[in-house]
Amino acid sequence: MLRFALRRLISLGLSLLVASLVIFLVVEVAPGDPASFMLGINAQPDTVAALRAELGLDVPRWQRYFDWVGGMVTGDFGTSYTYRTPVVGMVADRLWISLPLALYALLLSTALAFPAGLFAASRRGGPGDMAVMGATQLGIAVPNFWFAMLLVLFFAINLRWFSAGGFPGWEDPLAALKALTLPAVALALPQAAILARVMRSALIDILGEDFMRTARAKGLTRGQALWRHGLRNALIPVLTIIGLQFSFLLAGAIIIEQVFFLPGLGRLIFQAISQRDLIVVESVVMLLVFAVILVTFLTDLAYAAVDPRLRRRA
Amino acid sequence: MFRRTLTALALCASPALAQQTDLTLALQLEPPHLDPTSAAAGAIDSVLYGNVFEGLTRFAADGSVEPALAESWEIGEDGTTYTFTLREGVRFHDGTAMDAEDVKFSLDRARAEDSVNAQKALFEGISEVTVVDPRTVEVRLSQPDGNFLFNMAWGDAVIVAPESIENIKQAPVGTGPFTFTEWVQGDRIELARNADYWGEAPALEAATFKFISDPTAAFAAMMAQDIDAFAGYPAPENLPQFEVDPRFQVIVGSTEGETILAMNNAEPPFDDPEVREAVAHAIDRQAIIDGAMFGQGTPIGTHFAPRNPDYVDLTGLSNYDPELARQLLADAGHGEGISTTLKLPPPSYARRGGEIIAAQLREVGIETRITNLEWAQWLEEVFRGKDFGLTIVSHTEPFDIGIYARPDYYFQYDNPDFQALMTDLTATTDPATRSEMIAEAQTMIAEDYVNAFLFQLAYPTVADARLTGLWENQPTQANPLGGVSWTE
Repeated sequence: MLRFALRRLISLGLSLLVASLVIFLVVEVAPGDPASFMLGINAQPDTVAALRAELGLDVPRWQRYFDWVGGMVTGDFGTSYTYRTPVVGMVADRLWISLPLALYALLLSTALAFPAGLFAASRRGGPGDMAVMGATQLGIAVPNFWFAMLLVLFFAINLRWFSAGGFPGWEDPLAALKALTLPAVALALPQAAILARVMRSALIDILGEDFMRTARAKGLTRGQALWRHGLRNALIPVLTIIGLQFSFLLAGAIIIEQVFFLPGLGRLIFQAISQRDLIVVESVVMLLVFAVILVTFLTDLAYAAVDPRLRRRA
Repeated sequence: MFRRTLTALALCASPALAQQTDLTLALQLEPPHLDPTSAAAGAIDSVLYGNVFEGLTRFAADGSVEPALAESWEIGEDGTTYTFTLREGVRFHDGTAMDAEDVKFSLDRARAEDSVNAQKALFEGISEVTVVDPRTVEVRLSQPDGNFLFNMAWGDAVIVAPESIENIKQAPVGTGPFTFTEWVQGDRIELARNADYWGEAPALEAATFKFISDPTAAFAAMMAQDIDAFAGYPAPENLPQFEVDPRFQVIVGSTEGETILAMNNAEPPFDDPEVREAVAHAIDRQAIIDGAMFGQGTPIGTHFAPRNPDYVDLTGLSNYDPELARQLLADAGHGEGISTTLKLPPPSYARRGGEIIAAQLREVGIETRITNLEWAQWLEEVFRGKDFGLTIVSHTEPFDIGIYARPDYYFQYDNPDFQALMTDLTATTDPATRSEMIAEAQTMIAEDYVNAFLFQLAYPTVADARLTGLWENQPTQANPLGGVSWTE
């Protein structure tokens, strides 16, 4: 097990190294200079040069790459060119919105999808199933930002129950949760539709298994069998989807953040790209890569712990 | 418990407490940092100019230049020495006194060799800054400059203190009617009333600038009354809806933004004045204003703000006449038509206007290939690389006709007569003579058809109907809140 973990760790390190190279090259190759962007169209060439020097952009690329990687190893992700504050702090601030929002949306979508999937699977082919399948079809087809606008129109402008967007901060947790509610609902609905479908088909697959027939033969009703034996076994594909959805929700909520003007991680990346705040783009993307690779690593370890065959194969 | 809550609610609604003293003003763009003296971003001035920071002089709402931290000045005989007398008892928000040393520090910092001031040219004429006594500072120029007092009113020329300069980008310390309180990045900046302000105390106790970039979100926030006002409202198509709603008022002001279809004067085919003239006549300005800007904007015939008293209406020189445009193209030897590039930066005036202009040009035989660029790309490709045929951009700096005297400026207009005229203008201080020269300059670039001059960018503000004192026009990008108050 230790040797397996070590091997995985080395491959993890190599993946990070390759990722850092690719990210750096792609971002640096994009046209546009942060200093001229900041100084605008009246700036004199010597002023741009002075700012480039101040930002440390006048050193050769390869040296900047090593400075960047070296800094990251020691936990220093650099200083934003435009905001002039450490990237780590900026990311931490944004995570305080993006992470709760992603969790909130995930919670909502799971809470919706589980009963819906269970209900549809237990009434397979019936009108209930048809209704759920129709609703999920709609949920997948409707873009989340459009749905978000409808929510704003109805709940913020007409009913005035919620504000149209923005984030008051966590000093008042209830107000913060309230501010995240509409965005979370908008994010959750399409995800719930996908999840409910996965849930339904996984359950239906399970229904045909031998152990389910045995359970029924022992006298359990269809619903009882599904609840006690089916659900647990159907969870594996469902959990995989939930895992994928979480990483999407964390960084992919950018359009929803735009609609509700939430200062989240997605908007940070978006702003940084348009302002050519290269170091922020590089470091944030790198952090996301790290998060994904870490999750994969932990999953690998968990699989291996469960299934000894995997240790030898890897 | 419930009854107590009701009583509390009733108290809140009583007239004694109804007078609101805080304001939430939304803007589309968030400042990158809070130092107006080291970035071009207009968003910095939009929040801080006249609120947190002040200069020796300042722009009034009508665009005139008036005394600010300097209460008076004397100009020497030869026009090269300005002796400023500073206002008495002015303190920075950190409690330190604002004196002649601070003025010297600010001006020297802006013109230093390693200065990163985006408008360093404003300070180029300064040869020496001398502290005479704590309230008197003498600025020596290398030659007379009729623009000097105007230049000192820019946001890039505000007075900062050496004591607080280190953290200015995150925690700005100025002399204005509001102090900086907090910046929640990505969301808002909060200001509070400066109790020790030297001038008239502001009516507002607190002001929040909120940043909403998406036009749909701007509409929703305004409609839900999450915000009290939106300056530079980004969705002109909704303005009629706000106009008829008694809860709101719509103020449409003008800006210093001359929106032009710039042409590459150094490369064929636009190096030929006849071709440029053809382009100018091919364009129907009103159709662009109606189609791309929902009717907001004033047609211009030269690179000058119509609101300025020195403006000359030259739109007649380039009236919409597609027949004439085709004729001119044929005379210039392009009877079979022209093919060129049209590179568009992100703002809607460029993207939406570009589509309409492309259609209008096609009518007279000019085919354009449209490329949409981000600002950073535009700066690199068009502005620095000069790799373009046509582009659309709004020049938002006040009184920037001088860019036509820079042959290396991206549209590359190289006319020695114009350059000489600008040099003379700078050296002239007599207002009447200056007016004449400014008129001559406007006419010269219009007659040379340097660019196709489209319209002056409008500045719509949507606000709660009870608010008064907001700036209507934008003589510089700013939202000074000192005079803003609520009425009932």
